[in-house]
Amino acid sequence: MRVDVKKTYKLYIGGAFPRSESGRVYELKDSKGEFLANPCQASRKDFRDAVVSARSAVTGWNKATAYNRGQILYRVAEILEGRTFQFAEEIVAMEGVNFKEAKAQVEAAIDCWVWYAGWCDKIASVSGSTNSVSGPYYNFTVPENLGVVTVFADQKSSLLGLVAGLAAVLAGGNTAIVIASEKYPLSAITLSEVLATSDVPAGVVNILTGYSAELAPWVGAHMDVDGIDVSGLSKKTEEEVRLAGAENLKRIHRFNQFQSLGRIQAFMENKTVWHPIGV
Amino acid sequence: MTNFEYAPALESTAILDIASQYRLFINGKFVDPKTTQYFQTINPANEQVISQVAFAGEADVDDAVKAARNAYEKSWSKLSAAERGKYLFRIARILQERAREFAVLETLDNGKPIRESRDVDVPLAAAHFFYHAGWSDKLKYAGLGNDPKPHGVVGQIIPWNFPLLMLAWKVAPALATGNTVVLKPAETTPMTALLFAEVCQQADLPAGVVNIVTGDGSTGSFLVNHPDVDKIAFTGSTSVGKAIARAVSGTKKSVTLELGGKAANIVFEDAAIDETVEGIVNGIFFNQGHVCCAGSRLLIQENIQDEVLEKLKRRMASIRVGDPLDKNTDLGAINSAEQLSRITELSASGDLEGAQRWSPQCDLPTAGFWYPPTIFTGVTQAHRIAREEIFGPVLSVLTFRTPQEAIEKANNTPYGLSAGIWSEKGSRILWASQQLRAGVIWANTFNKFDPASPFGGYKESGWGREGGRHGLSAYLKGEK
Repeated sequence: MRVDVKKTYKLYIGGAFPRSESGRVYELKDSKGEFLANPCQASRKDFRDAVVSARSAVTGWNKATAYNRGQILYRVAEILEGRTFQFAEEIVAMEGVNFKEAKAQVEAAIDCWVWYAGWCDKIASVSGSTNSVSGPYYNFTVPENLGVVTVFADQKSSLLGLVAGLAAVLAGGNTAIVIASEKYPLSAITLSEVLATSDVPAGVVNILTGYSAELAPWVGAHMDVDGIDVSGLSKKTEEEVRLAGAENLKRIHRFNQFQSLGRIQAFMENKTVWHPIGV
Repeated sequence: MTNFEYAPALESTAILDIASQYRLFINGKFVDPKTTQYFQTINPANEQVISQVAFAGEADVDDAVKAARNAYEKSWSKLSAAERGKYLFRIARILQERAREFAVLETLDNGKPIRESRDVDVPLAAAHFFYHAGWSDKLKYAGLGNDPKPHGVVGQIIPWNFPLLMLAWKVAPALATGNTVVLKPAETTPMTALLFAEVCQQADLPAGVVNIVTGDGSTGSFLVNHPDVDKIAFTGSTSVGKAIARAVSGTKKSVTLELGGKAANIVFEDAAIDETVEGIVNGIFFNQGHVCCAGSRLLIQENIQDEVLEKLKRRMASIRVGDPLDKNTDLGAINSAEQLSRITELSASGDLEGAQRWSPQCDLPTAGFWYPPTIFTGVTQAHRIAREEIFGPVLSVLTFRTPQEAIEKANNTPYGLSAGIWSEKGSRILWASQQLRAGVIWANTFNKFDPASPFGGYKESGWGREGGRHGLSAYLKGEK
């Protein structure tokens, strides 16, 4: 009998796979209650490191043309597709669904990713405007990235909710820190392996596993975070995050659809530019 | 320096019929405040009392919210969108018809020059109603889904710097999208809102669609915390904005915030200097600098600093400070004693921290609240006058050597409301406008506003936009 080579699930920060600086892990059980893995229990310090990495990646990610960002994100979908079985097997283990259902979720997640990838170079046309002002001025409004967004991934699905949260943020030109689902974190870590081997620059996506409620107050209070997707938090924790987030007026949103333009727009700023017209 | 003498050209106040007392406007009628209290509103240019205005307490706010809820459920939401729009068109027309009255009253209550209230505030307020009237029956084209829904009852709190215009920015989109409104005007400038209540009556707007509760910060707080208010829209200071964000953190209330700013106005070496100087003056001295998006941090490329400052000082010497009702006046009164002391205190910190102050020779009236047009040179990024919003006619001047340095300095602030760029080179303007983290960029112009143009800030300057298609989303529930 061959003994399996098991994987150590680590964090993903700045393109590297560190363990939590705290040295903490938590025991993850499968749907039958058997030991599955020891994912890292990320600390406040890990989160702060992730913010530094995400902030430093904002400029580079936005120097790329929107067309280029779209291609980079599409490339992620290509690599996801090749790993379908690995994702499906992890989903079977965590969620206890059958393989067919798990595979269907992976395919839906890949399609969702492709949907968002295609938005990169269209969002400005759909979400921006030229405005007829009453005077000799050219006036237009364009959407721009918000900056650094923390995504509390959906807790109810392993991969689909995670992808919807992350891809929407990236399509808007933001960099992200994802706090993975507590119960279903393996898809997030495997996704980070996909990202690490795609063309997404280091730091654009950072993924932490651990306890959302423990990290939430630090996320809410961090002054270098611009936006938070609280879809994966309880209402009570969301309230704590909103209270702390008021200090620098973070943009905080909860979503109920996986594929929606509103998800992208929520983490973008609109900039209006005026210029006189004349000879 | 040539000293032009101008004969006074006073706008008459005979057009106004000011009552000695104003009550609250709730459910289409003027009613006594349950507090039984009234407070004075004064003319900041001479400290004379204009009138007594009702002070709304918790029970009054509750009555106003109930009236708004009732109107939302029984009349306003039953009306077709096209008919709703027609009420807004009516209001726009009445504002135009009574424009002079509004302009004179605004100048009396606020202290701003009649030239500005007449040519900017009032026409723009009417334009906001006219623009949004046309949106009422076209909301499915606003990019928020096929059938976007209003929130319901909206609580709106507005500042004293553009009393009627801020009312229009708030009320027009809220009504066009099918919401009903409880509006709290600023404590020091309630008059034009109360005159607007008469306009609502003349337009035969259904009772309770617009309710106006005058009072102070406590009145606003009752409104923010009222459980039956679905949405809060606030314009004012960043500190109050944050307090509102905290107050609603555990509720389902939707919030938009239009807060402070410390805009950089960047002058590149290739700028057209004379036009730029006009733009600098307009950027900081328009409305006494009581403008959240004022160009209060001037960033001049180092090699043209001397020329720009010399011309700026010469231009500032011709700014006429004085009676706001005089049509020649450029710079009117500071809105209140409280604001004057804030401007004085922050400016004093500029002296203490080592910046050099300059003001032209100008005689200030003895009564009322006044501050001369002022610039500080030798300002560094660390100075309080480079970081905090002064909200007065005080300009901080900094310099830069490279375009990259200009952008870094401009963005080095927690605010992000507006910015200015002066350059004759198109590619540089577009580059700078991309780099600046601010919601409104004025290139080779400054302080321009239009109902079709979205306005609002990045970072701690607020949440959401007002005006344009983007502004509608503040008052509609979109898909997400």
